[in-house]
Amino acid sequence: MINFIIQPWPWYFSGTMIVLIMLILLFFGKSFGFSSNLRTICSIAGAGKRVKFFDFRWKEQVWNLMFLLGSILGGFIASSYLSDDKPLNLSVATISDLKKLGINFDGGLNPQSLFSAQAMTDPGNLAILLIGGLLVGFGSRYAGGCTSGHAISGLSNLQVPSLIAVVGFFLGGMVMTYFIIPLIF
Amino acid sequence: MKFIKYILAGTLFGIVMTKSEAVSWYRIQEMFRFQSFHMYGIIGTAVLLGILAVYLIKKTGARDISGSPIVFQAKDKSYPRYLIGGTIFGLGWALTGACPGPMFVNLGSGYPAMIIVILGALLGTYLYGIIKDRLPH
Repeated sequence: MINFIIQPWPWYFSGTMIVLIMLILLFFGKSFGFSSNLRTICSIAGAGKRVKFFDFRWKEQVWNLMFLLGSILGGFIASSYLSDDKPLNLSVATISDLKKLGINFDGGLNPQSLFSAQAMTDPGNLAILLIGGLLVGFGSRYAGGCTSGHAISGLSNLQVPSLIAVVGFFLGGMVMTYFIIPLIF
Repeated sequence: MKFIKYILAGTLFGIVMTKSEAVSWYRIQEMFRFQSFHMYGIIGTAVLLGILAVYLIKKTGARDISGSPIVFQAKDKSYPRYLIGGTIFGLGWALTGACPGPMFVNLGSGYPAMIIVILGALLGTYLYGIIKDRLPH
């Protein structure tokens, strides 16, 4: 049991657990969608005074902010107590492709060269992270949802708009991967 | 007290996202390069089981914790916003390896620079709020 938890989870177990989370939230009378938290945080910061889009009853969204806090805690628990120190089982082809871009696979979940505290001292890297985040935030609100809201909740409910959004996710992801990333790294 | 169950659900979400490696920048690159089945397996399993679960909830008229029927809101019918918004999202997802959930999960997993990605995402959300009426939806 403990061995099963400590090793990386197989895809079929992971996918099942994600559905379980969606069902838990439905049982609580809520829906699974993470990116609306970004709008809520803007509202709490006072954006509603200037922009109508942020003038809504954000107190009804506090449950989702609690979910967000829990997710940070979950990331901490999983990486500190529920992980072995074996390197991530990334495909050889990906390791080789990334090496050609100058990104060395360090065995962790994310490259330290991009996401460590030290990486924040590099202005170019800061710009990449800020612009990347901006695209995610802008795009998810424009599309009315992110991976959880569209790819999981929306597709489960057979929503055509969600399917279009997911096609967009992959279109954008492939343009970035094949055409833009080689230019910036 | 009433919020504890949401914190616990979020904690489970953070653990699942980390242990599944769906929060991994490397895994997202691998996915967009079609070099492993891993991410497709996760999303595929979730969608197939999700379709079955939602069908059963509708069929049986299942109720939530407060006794109200579980309802599913239909998304607005249109195309531009989903395609354009989705594509912009995808550009950022491939660059940062993080969609909104994993940004926060990774902060907990010990990647402090994720705070910059989060700041960018808040900025992007704010920008959308400002110009949304001028965009095709």
